[in-house]
Amino acid sequence: MTLTAPPTPASGTGEAVLSLAGIHKRFGAVQALTDVSLTVRAGEVVALVGDNGAGKSTLVKVISGVYQPDAGTIEFESRPVVVGGPAGAQELGIATVFQDLALCDNLDVVANLFLGKEHRRGPLLDEVSMEQEAWRLLRTLSAKIPSVRIPVASLSGGQRQTVAIARSLVGDPRVVLLDEPTAALGVAQTAEVLNLVERLRDHGLGVILVSHNMADVQAVADRIVVLRLGRNAAEFRTEEATTDQLVAAITGASDNVVAQRAARRTEERG
Amino acid sequence: MTATKESVAATDAADERLIRAVSPGDYLRQGWGRIRGGDLGMLPVVLGLVIICAVFYAYEPTFLSSRSLVSMLLYAAPTGIIALGIVVVLLLGEIDLSVGSVSGFCAAVMAVIVVDQGHSLWLGIAAALGVGALIGTAYAVLHVRVGVPSFVFSLAGLLAFEGALLWVLADGSINIPRESGLAQFARNKFLTDAQAYALVAVVVACYLGSRLWTIRRRRAAGLTPPNLLAVLIKAALLGGGLGWLTYYLGIARGWGYLTVLFAALVVVLDLLLRKTRWGRHLFAVGGNEEAARRAGVRVGWTYCSAFVLCSVLAALGGLLAAAQLTSVSQDSGTTDTNLTAIAAAVIGGTSLFGGRGSAYAALLGILVLQSIESGLNLMNVDSDVRYIVTGGVLLLAVTIDSVARRARSSSGRG
Ligand SMILES: Nc1ncnc2c1ncn2[C@@H]1O[C@H](COP(=O)(O)OP(=O)(O)OP(=O)(O)O)[C@@H](O)[C@H]1O
Ligand SMILES: [Mg+2]
Repeated sequence: MTLTAPPTPASGTGEAVLSLAGIHKRFGAVQALTDVSLTVRAGEVVALVGDNGAGKSTLVKVISGVYQPDAGTIEFESRPVVVGGPAGAQELGIATVFQDLALCDNLDVVANLFLGKEHRRGPLLDEVSMEQEAWRLLRTLSAKIPSVRIPVASLSGGQRQTVAIARSLVGDPRVVLLDEPTAALGVAQTAEVLNLVERLRDHGLGVILVSHNMADVQAVADRIVVLRLGRNAAEFRTEEATTDQLVAAITGASDNVVAQRAARRTEERG
Repeated sequence: MTATKESVAATDAADERLIRAVSPGDYLRQGWGRIRGGDLGMLPVVLGLVIICAVFYAYEPTFLSSRSLVSMLLYAAPTGIIALGIVVVLLLGEIDLSVGSVSGFCAAVMAVIVVDQGHSLWLGIAAALGVGALIGTAYAVLHVRVGVPSFVFSLAGLLAFEGALLWVLADGSINIPRESGLAQFARNKFLTDAQAYALVAVVVACYLGSRLWTIRRRRAAGLTPPNLLAVLIKAALLGGGLGWLTYYLGIARGWGYLTVLFAALVVVLDLLLRKTRWGRHLFAVGGNEEAARRAGVRVGWTYCSAFVLCSVLAALGGLLAAAQLTSVSQDSGTTDTNLTAIAAAVIGGTSLFGGRGSAYAALLGILVLQSIESGLNLMNVDSDVRYIVTGGVLLLAVTIDSVARRARSSSGRG
């Protein structure tokens, strides 16, 4: 994707590009997700927050086709879809940065970035254009990576995370899922990732951002969706939510927030 | 050398921490650093080959005679082709223990069709390769759909296809006529001197051309191009080496068709592994299967292609071995072939842990094993010693792989 193209004038007001309803997912004895719904519009950043084990990563993996939900529907651009697998999700235009990064340690940075989306000239790989594009992507993230021809195993944790983020920008995604993308990043790189999230939004992409950092979430998100114990616990517009409210919703210390919101929303709609 | 005047650093050389190689001395130093860091590549096996050759040469100078080299290269080819398939499977971190029996069984299928039933040679070859492909597909289904570990189903295949060989060859062995095309190809066809030198010239020209093209493209794209001098030196070494080998082999019969076929398969597989999407995906799945799956790689197909290729190469190796010996018997492709092929791939430097190796591993590995066999034969040593020595070399190779792995992880080379 090219981030230099003129932005589409959307800002959270576009139509829903991805929407999930009634998602259930069970792992053996653990009901990881119960009746979860989530909607992302074009040009909108939705933050997904919740305590450890709340089911955020599981939801991300359901969207990206790694797990199949036990029940529930996924609509992509208002069409019901079945995300059969990661390749299917990519074809739809869903790009994901996984919490565990999912990089191939034995391959170099370029190979990892373009894995599954290799540039080719005839039957052969086009290493030159991939390497050029790799440097361009890494520069937009202010990546501090000395060489793109070294195996990913020899990169630092933050460099690996940058590679994983850069990988989600390869191709032409419509929705980008970021599962704790800044957990290992330095100050400058975190700021770059937040800038990137805003740029993605300005270009009309839908972004789902999982993060434990409330300051980051409040800085870039348009809406904040809270998961608790695998259920939708609350949903806020960022400008309406205080950190205290968020924390309360995440920890469940004050259940009435949910009730208050529910009441107010029905009022607004009714 | 002269390009260092450029004031603007190439895109990929901008980071100040990057240790750049400019002079030939830098390249040597970098190479040394790589070796110390455990990135041994082909070095141990090349060194091993040199040592083995030196030792046998000291005992028996005819070991390195032109005649002896020509026949070594011929006899190494069939098992080497089987070892190529093993390399592909090992890259995925899997194993195929049944290549030997598959090779024997497929050769028997060919022999029955061509010799017993009198069909055309091409039909026989196609049938044998087809049976190989079917076996590979069956393995892939077992692995991908059912989830049986490759160790188990290939062990089952080892026994089953040995049985199938006995069943197909109900009345002993089948002799392949010496004048049949296949036997001629494997035993009596050699490149003429002119053909051989022309082939060497073509190979060097292709190498040089592709490297120069790369230099041009990378320079145009603002990336550091490969060092021109290094490329020229490598091309000269390649041309000189191959030219000298051609001259030396030409004193006897020269390059056998079979040897050339093996070498061509090595080069083609190497290109497939390094330069195509399929090869990239093979390495990715071998390195981190889950990551490859999440990146959209069709992991099942990757496994399928590897098992099919391995079994087809085993079938091809079996055909050629049968043609070379002009017979298929009840012990065609039994344990010896199996272990030699697997040992060759590992000795050549293919990691048993997946994701690391190259097609040249099969070539170098089989050369090591073949020279041990030929050398001990020359010295009139029995096969008991040969097995022990081969076992020792295999153990050494795996030890080197494990030690290098540890060195790599402490020096950041994955
Ligand atoms: N593959 C799996 N098999 C079994 N249980 C799983 C699996 N993946 C997740 N779980 C369970 O599902 C629940 C939700 O896990 P998930 O990884 O989605 O949490 P999370 O919200 O991402 O937490 P964190 O903030 O720590 O990343 C946990 O209780 C976890 O134990
Ligand atoms: Mg998580």
